[in-house]
Amino acid sequence: MTATAGVAEVVEASSERLERREQRRFLALLLPALLTLAVLFVYPLLGIFFRSVHKTAFTLEFYRQVFRTPVYLLVIGLTFRTAAVVTLICLLLGYPLAYVLANIRPRVARLLVIVVVLPFFTSIIVRTYAWMVLLGRNGIVNHYLTALGLVSAPLPLLYNQGGVLIGMTYVLLPFMVLTIWSVMRGIDPALTRAAHSLGASPGQAFRRIYLPLSLPGIAGGALLIFILSLGFFITPALMGGPSDVMIAMLIEREVEFTLNWSFASALAVILLVLTLAGFVAYNRVVRLARLFEERA
Amino acid sequence: MIAAEGQRAGPGTIAVLAVTTAALIFLIAPVIIIVIVSFSGADYLRFPPPSLSLRWYERFLGSSTWRGALVVSVQVATLTTLFATVLGLAAALSLVRGKFRGKGLVYAFLLSPTIVPTIITAIALYFFFARLKATGSVLAMALGHTVLALPVVVIIMAATLQGFDRRFEMAALSLGAGRLVTLRRITLPLIAPGVLSAALFAFLTSFDELLIPLFLSGTEVQTLTVRIWNSLLLEVDPTIAAVSSFLIAITCVVLGASAMLRRKGEHDESHVAP
Repeated sequence: MTATAGVAEVVEASSERLERREQRRFLALLLPALLTLAVLFVYPLLGIFFRSVHKTAFTLEFYRQVFRTPVYLLVIGLTFRTAAVVTLICLLLGYPLAYVLANIRPRVARLLVIVVVLPFFTSIIVRTYAWMVLLGRNGIVNHYLTALGLVSAPLPLLYNQGGVLIGMTYVLLPFMVLTIWSVMRGIDPALTRAAHSLGASPGQAFRRIYLPLSLPGIAGGALLIFILSLGFFITPALMGGPSDVMIAMLIEREVEFTLNWSFASALAVILLVLTLAGFVAYNRVVRLARLFEERA
Repeated sequence: MIAAEGQRAGPGTIAVLAVTTAALIFLIAPVIIIVIVSFSGADYLRFPPPSLSLRWYERFLGSSTWRGALVVSVQVATLTTLFATVLGLAAALSLVRGKFRGKGLVYAFLLSPTIVPTIITAIALYFFFARLKATGSVLAMALGHTVLALPVVVIIMAATLQGFDRRFEMAALSLGAGRLVTLRRITLPLIAPGVLSAALFAFLTSFDELLIPLFLSGTEVQTLTVRIWNSLLLEVDPTIAAVSSFLIAITCVVLGASAMLRRKGEHDESHVAP
């Protein structure tokens, strides 16, 4: 009796030791990736932070420069406004599309999702170029408008705020659709049916049942689009006019042309802080969504 | 379709379908139009093209600068795929199989490059490599892209490994197979579709990305995306339509292959499953 217990103990202890050795091996597997990110991601980012507060000595001069110069504040304001408008357009287009995807036959949905996913995985520069071809002065849209006699002269569709909004909406809409869709797929259709059978009109059932349940998708998607918009560079740089400058473009200019790396670093830190704050909010919303799901 | 439960299609339903149709056309039309006009025989990009030809593809593959850019893009993407897949597979194995504290934190850290705006990562790497006098090299660009591709691999591999039935391994071990044999003959073949799919997306991440090579490339060594960027700043050259269609084709290949691999992975598991 005691002998078998003793053996069991020994076996257990040795298997525990084995387990611990195996655990150390697993940690070793993690190290290369962690080291890579530490050297090629964290260290360079810390370099930016250091550069933003240190030139020959520690200074907050570069941050002061950002917040004291009206033009830079204007750029930050414009960035926020653009991000807000793009988010709103993406929501208005993306919500109905996600709703249809979540409520049609799965076979049809799988086909339609390709239409969302293909542009999603296409290079941003290619997608931006496509819209430049469409919206240019001699572009395809203007060609049709003049050919049909709808306008007498080509419309300025590119190199202005409108062009930026169209291009950014195009790049970001798939994010919105996929985020809302993933929440909607979790909504039990029996709930809406129950509302119908209790006498609710389709509109009522949607407003009182479906819409509140899809709210986490709306909030998550909107936050995601807003955050991603803040850091946008390629599309506004190519499709905007001279006055459509966003924070990321300002950073690039300071690095490439003005060669004021310290100032560029300060701008980058500001953009990074705004983005991280956005993701903290996003995390709260998504976790909140999970909480709701668990309760439901 | 929507009013499937015998209700009449009200004005609400019609509005939803109208917006959905518009959104779907908005999403797919530019991609299709670019591919079609890339075969245009005319000097200007008209839709529909008045005649068809391969002249813009000839321009693309006939020009030594575009060809050079294609070679650089392939080199950078191949190196990135190699680095990111090896690092990401090891990290995902450790995250899914290991038992240690702070796993959530490690996972979040590995995914953090997706959160930081790419322009910031790009200039941070530019300052970093400029000090090492290493800008303008394929290796620098590949290392930069590894930072962006690593999270992609970790996400795909973590999902693959979580769906992996460990009883196959235990069966092999209990039948006397060693650890390495089990890894080589059981684990790797079963997760191979996932690894391949992760590698494909790592390749695509690098091949499509502009900002890191924009800062890290020199005048001699440029990727396709940087070449597109430089020519777009000057004019809308129809050759770019051909290059763009080529990039879209690569995306289609990656998406198609990963869909096939997913189906194959499911098939394999059900095949060996007891």
